[in-house]
Amino acid sequence: MNASEIFEKLKARSREDIEFQDSPLLPFIKVKPDSIRNVADILRNNTDFRFDSLMCLTTVDNPTNFTIVYLLYSMKHSHKITLKVETPKDNAVVPSVEKVWSAANWFEREVYDLFGVRFEGHSNLVRIMLPDDWEGHPLKKDYQYPATYRGVVL
Amino acid sequence: MIDSLKLDQATTIVKGAAERLEEVVIGEEMLINMGPQHPSTHGVLNKVLKTDGEIISEVFPQIGYLHRGLEKMAEKLNYHQFMPYTDRIDYLSAMNCNFAYCLAVEKLGAIEVPKRAEYIRVIMAELNRIATHLVFMGTMGLETGAWTPIVYGFREREEILDLFEMTCGQRLTYNYMRIGGVSDDLPGGFVDKARRFCDALEKKLVEYNNLLSYNQIFIDRMANIGVLPADLAIDYGVTGPPLRGSGVKWDLRKNEPYSVYPELEFDIPTGKGEQGRVGDAWDRYMVRMHEMEQSIRIVRQALDKLPPGDIRAKVGRVFKPAAGEVYVRSENPRGELGFYIVSDGSANPYRLKIRTASFNNLSAVPPISKGTMISDFVLSLGSFDIVLPEVDR
Repeated sequence: MNASEIFEKLKARSREDIEFQDSPLLPFIKVKPDSIRNVADILRNNTDFRFDSLMCLTTVDNPTNFTIVYLLYSMKHSHKITLKVETPKDNAVVPSVEKVWSAANWFEREVYDLFGVRFEGHSNLVRIMLPDDWEGHPLKKDYQYPATYRGVVL
Repeated sequence: MIDSLKLDQATTIVKGAAERLEEVVIGEEMLINMGPQHPSTHGVLNKVLKTDGEIISEVFPQIGYLHRGLEKMAEKLNYHQFMPYTDRIDYLSAMNCNFAYCLAVEKLGAIEVPKRAEYIRVIMAELNRIATHLVFMGTMGLETGAWTPIVYGFREREEILDLFEMTCGQRLTYNYMRIGGVSDDLPGGFVDKARRFCDALEKKLVEYNNLLSYNQIFIDRMANIGVLPADLAIDYGVTGPPLRGSGVKWDLRKNEPYSVYPELEFDIPTGKGEQGRVGDAWDRYMVRMHEMEQSIRIVRQALDKLPPGDIRAKVGRVFKPAAGEVYVRSENPRGELGFYIVSDGSANPYRLKIRTASFNNLSAVPPISKGTMISDFVLSLGSFDIVLPEVDR
């Protein structure tokens, strides 16, 4: 199935409010934060979709929001789709998809570490790359480089 | 006297003794730090092991010691300038990382790469794949206590590094590929030297299989250890040789062909549980040994088909791809290396995410390590062949 067919099928299967954008290089489906768990569940477990592989999960710091990007692939049907979830910058919280794909565990920890986006329902949401007492989230566009860390000049 | 006691009294005594014994032997769990400096870690990785004697009940990998913020650096550099940084993602297969980055940027900018450059890239990528698998063979030998393989592995790798050195002047971080092609054409004598190397290595591989792969001591040590079931591997996003070792016939060079791979013939080796169970450490090891044979096949064909012509498409010094985003993945020696790039139409990427194979492969190690011995864990982890700069970026 191509991306628009996947969207049409998904639209028929779920009652969630989703939107399709057919950008030429990377077509994606826009999902509301509250719907992501349900949409992920359907895409993973429904035999027509069977998106068993989470290729990548990351975030883009856009001027108005954080956009969480889920890149999915089906080993069985060899089709792929991208999901996008937008969350406000001042209160960035998105439900975790760790229960759906185990790979999301580390991906979400990385996003939390580098962007400060919190994932609700994550089993172990702690920093993964940086030390636990590091201040700030470096991949945010407005990140201020610290002058020192534990007395060491950086 | 025991025979004068009633039976139930005897039972009580035995039960009590068993409970006391349990308290002494099984009762205490211990946290042990393995690494960040440890002979078997292949870099700086700390694993906190929850153990009961020799048996591991849980593993907590602590990563990030080599986190350099490559993704942040990418936002401050333009597309050309980021090329040398891709060498540092995985220093053992820098050519493949160059290659993956080029593929992503070229798709973003809709750049057509000349045929000759494509072939040169494939030759370099496959030679680099052989080089890094040779190091793996050596370190796997070291982990089982065999010193010879690493000496042999490095001897052969040296020849590949000589080939790279005569092409681009570098032996580890090549910075050889460019957006739209490669930096230099192949020097005189390269083709002959590469062919001689392929012939020599083919014979040597037979020797190494006899020396190490089918050595009964090695098999006894590696078989049935760290068994990774296929569905668990896919769930954790494991790719590359560990996934193929679990019996999944999955290789991006075949499943999502890129560059000139569709024009070349090769097979995808998978684990078959030849010496133990499918997906054990020996299978993961053997997949890499077979992959070297396939890489030799690819290099030979590419050398034969190498067309004349340009080695680089015209790409401006100031390169500004149109606004948009792209995710391109390719088959690195360790698995899927993907670049997710968001362009806002300027000369620097707005966001660049590097999805590396080792990151996901390492995340699948804790679930399969429950209940294994510490000494087996070393082999199991070694057979995943993770490279820490790639995990931490």
